[in-house]
Amino acid sequence: MLEAITAMFSYTFLTRALVVGLLISLCAALLGVSLVLKRYAMIGDGLSHVGFGALALAAVMNWAPLVVAVPVVIIAAFFLLRISESRKLKGDSAIALISTSSLAIGVMAVSLTSGMNTDVNNYLFGSILAMSDADVVLSVGLSVVVLILFLLCYSRIFAVTFDESFARATGIHTGAYNVLIAVLTAVTIVLGMRMMGALLISALIIFPALSAMRVCKSFKSVMILAACISVFCFLVGLLVSYLFNTPTGATVVIADLVVFLLCCVAGALRGVKRSA
Amino acid sequence: MALITCKDLVLSYEGQVVVEDLSFTVHAGDYLCIVGENGSGKSTLMKSILGLKTVNKGSITFGDQLKQNQIGYLPQQTTLQRDFPASVFEVTLSGCLNRRGWRPYYNRAEKYRAEDNLHRMGVAELKKKCYRELSGGQQQRVLLARALCATEKLLLLDEPVAGLDPMATAEFYKIISSLNKEGITIIMVSHDIRAAIDQASHILHLRHRPLFFGTAKDYVNSPAGQEFLKGGHSHA
Repeated sequence: MLEAITAMFSYTFLTRALVVGLLISLCAALLGVSLVLKRYAMIGDGLSHVGFGALALAAVMNWAPLVVAVPVVIIAAFFLLRISESRKLKGDSAIALISTSSLAIGVMAVSLTSGMNTDVNNYLFGSILAMSDADVVLSVGLSVVVLILFLLCYSRIFAVTFDESFARATGIHTGAYNVLIAVLTAVTIVLGMRMMGALLISALIIFPALSAMRVCKSFKSVMILAACISVFCFLVGLLVSYLFNTPTGATVVIADLVVFLLCCVAGALRGVKRSA
Repeated sequence: MALITCKDLVLSYEGQVVVEDLSFTVHAGDYLCIVGENGSGKSTLMKSILGLKTVNKGSITFGDQLKQNQIGYLPQQTTLQRDFPASVFEVTLSGCLNRRGWRPYYNRAEKYRAEDNLHRMGVAELKKKCYRELSGGQQQRVLLARALCATEKLLLLDEPVAGLDPMATAEFYKIISSLNKEGITIIMVSHDIRAAIDQASHILHLRHRPLFFGTAKDYVNSPAGQEFLKGGHSHA
């Protein structure tokens, strides 16, 4: 077992995948707590589909994938946030429309040129080989920003998440925090989706938060536990996928699912009340 | 000088004018109830006083060195909050944010203040409990403790007894009136017209325009008050 693990890190691409994956898991969990509690979890899902469309188009046009996808998904994040905040539009239906349209555009773009091939498969379900040095640099940068934000603005994020009207009344620019969180989520998703897959990446945002909410009774402990669960599940998922030759993204998500089910049981035993 | 002076206000909600020709003043120590049917502009007025909405016309001015972010606000509870995983202390402490400025963490005085206000509301023993495990009445007291962390002068309450059972409602009114006796000015939006007349010193009756503004005593004998009391509009 130990030998297998040492052997694993003799591959540079696996070391890269490990670094990017750990950092992305950490960011996704922290951002996810806020998104899930604000009932914005669908934004994560919507963004990953938009990301797929953008990556597919970039591949067809021979553009650098991140250069295209990052700005497109950030713009989509602004837009989806606006839709979710507006009471006039039906938020979840609008997000579903955007998701499926982006997916369709992506599939169409790829099939018109190269046909449905392994590229599309990799985008949808992820590939461990996809990480480049640029991804490592970007994900280090992203996680530094996310960690600084959560360390310095923790109580403001709490206030904005718990009660937006009260937070605004005490003079916090809640709109700025919402946009900041949406933008950071967008970058997290674009960076993570090529490894985890467009269809699976939103699990990294939603699962750790939901699992931690089953068992924790304070916001701080939810944050910390979600981050730990996310990092742990990624490690386990990566290791299992290496040892048993299974797809990485799916394996990580299954690890998250198992932990979630365990947390449900633990929460029921501890008698934590919940209705969501 | 008056604590709040509203002059010739015109307010709108989603592009439609909901309040016009509204002028009134609130003095320190007043207990004002804003009553009226759904959609009469009560909540919009509340949000404008808090600075969450811009006014179309007219002005809202603060006196007695009151700053806009020093209002203790008790918003209507959302379903999102009812099952929020936060400890009672975390929720209460967030009321101190407005006095903290850019400092990233709370200091000892602020933590003491939060604890003190939990005591004041009689829920100090719930400090470590999870907010979602509390009853409706307990949650409301915790949110009131949070509002008191934000202010020494003025509380704005938006339909605070909606969803409370009769016992919890009676206790809540008792707490509010004792806070008012301590010198805190109260502005409350309410559906509960009979309680408003019992509890408040002043009434503002809105139906897009002010139908009545004056003392609670005068309200009972006014045409607006008579109609409201007789007409079975009470949602108590």
